[in-house]
Amino acid sequence: MKHTTEEELFAYREGEMKKRETIAAHLQECGECREELERIEEVFRALNAMPAPDPGAEYGAKVWRQIANRLPEHRSDRHPERGANWWSAWFAPRRLLAVGVAVVLLALAFYAGRRTSPKPDGGEIADAGKIRERVLLVAVGEHLGKSEMILMELSNAQPAEGGKKLINISTAQKRAEDLVEENRLYRQTALEGGDNAIANTLDELQRVLLDVANSPAEVTPAQFESIQKRITAQGILLKVRVVRQELRAESEGKKTEPARNDSAAKARNKV
Amino acid sequence: MADAGGISDAAAVERTLAGEREAYRVLVERHSAYVYRVAYRMTGNSHDAEEVVQEAFLRAYQKLQQFAGNANFGTWVYRIAANYAIDRLRQKKNEDARREVASRAAEDESEIDPLEKLKDTAPSPERLAGNAQLARKMKEALDALTPAERTAIVMRHWDGCGIEEIAAVLKSNSSAAKNTVFRAVQKLRQALKPFAEGRGAAKAVGTEL
Repeated sequence: MKHTTEEELFAYREGEMKKRETIAAHLQECGECREELERIEEVFRALNAMPAPDPGAEYGAKVWRQIANRLPEHRSDRHPERGANWWSAWFAPRRLLAVGVAVVLLALAFYAGRRTSPKPDGGEIADAGKIRERVLLVAVGEHLGKSEMILMELSNAQPAEGGKKLINISTAQKRAEDLVEENRLYRQTALEGGDNAIANTLDELQRVLLDVANSPAEVTPAQFESIQKRITAQGILLKVRVVRQELRAESEGKKTEPARNDSAAKARNKV
Repeated sequence: MADAGGISDAAAVERTLAGEREAYRVLVERHSAYVYRVAYRMTGNSHDAEEVVQEAFLRAYQKLQQFAGNANFGTWVYRIAANYAIDRLRQKKNEDARREVASRAAEDESEIDPLEKLKDTAPSPERLAGNAQLARKMKEALDALTPAERTAIVMRHWDGCGIEEIAAVLKSNSSAAKNTVFRAVQKLRQALKPFAEGRGAAKAVGTEL
């Protein structure tokens, strides 16, 4: 195969399905194209390194002061039925999960922001921050555990005999779909917290999860095998396990800073 | 955090719509910092970012009746902010372009040595060494993107938005949105090339640690 174009590599990185197998196979053989993909990754790593300033814990109150007297009062003449639909939509199981995760994350991000902003009476806040950071570590650890499970199940499953029967992967697919949303939120929080090593792993995981989520519900053994290949080709299982172990150690309070720094340094050295 | 400890976003929306204006405060205080970060990445400076945040919450309040409840409030106000920020970016680009035409006409009249103008803008390996410089270079590269490209890359990369979501803000279709993200990456890559090559060269001669 001739070399891949920049656009093809970018689409591949984005989880695009078109020509995915061909590109993956080519990447395994061609060092030049792997380097090219790595150079595209550099752009994203450089973007990760760009800070967005923290507006501070009091920022929300400031915005409220700025806009409060420009808000007219809403009239309370809403149709009662609308209220009912509205609530039922919020309590749909999948929505509830995503919303729950989002609320927890926003609260954590908020506290992380407070923790990092300099405060004269910072002791208590730092403690609150630590507790919440630990909650986040555990949550991300669990998320990685669930992701690992799906990927392991998929990569260890035996394709059907005879090569004719379709394999139903709808269960794994639905679970992957749910995890995609969670993953997006955790990745975002990791980015905002400046944890680029975790953000990068979650970024890679996102693409694999999308791969699974975007597959048809029933696949041919050949398609199934190609999904398996894609999981193993990216080495994502190993990366997920490493990060998960680091997170577990960290949430248990062990000193893992050197290890974390190592992996972060390795990631940086690649740039 | 006397406000947000208690009620959920959904309850705050419901109460605001029922005429309790103070309930909206919960939503503003809860989501401002996040919207600010998005706005900052899109506009590139805190002054414009703050304006985007205020406008987004004002618009969200005005449109609260239309908020279907099938999205979460954070996502919804995020989209309103992105829509407003892209309009602002476009407006600013137009103004800048007009100003540039005017100043170029003035420059043509007073002859300035072109080498003088290059002095501050040409990248050199010394100027590009290190993270702060990389961040500055990246900021310049982001500023040089079109409003649509900047919006697309911010939404895609930092906020992990889907292509459909980006297409909705750009008011285009998904294949055009995909292309816009790609073009943005391509331009950023071009802009960072001198930096990456500079580091590569340093490594090659063993001057980098």
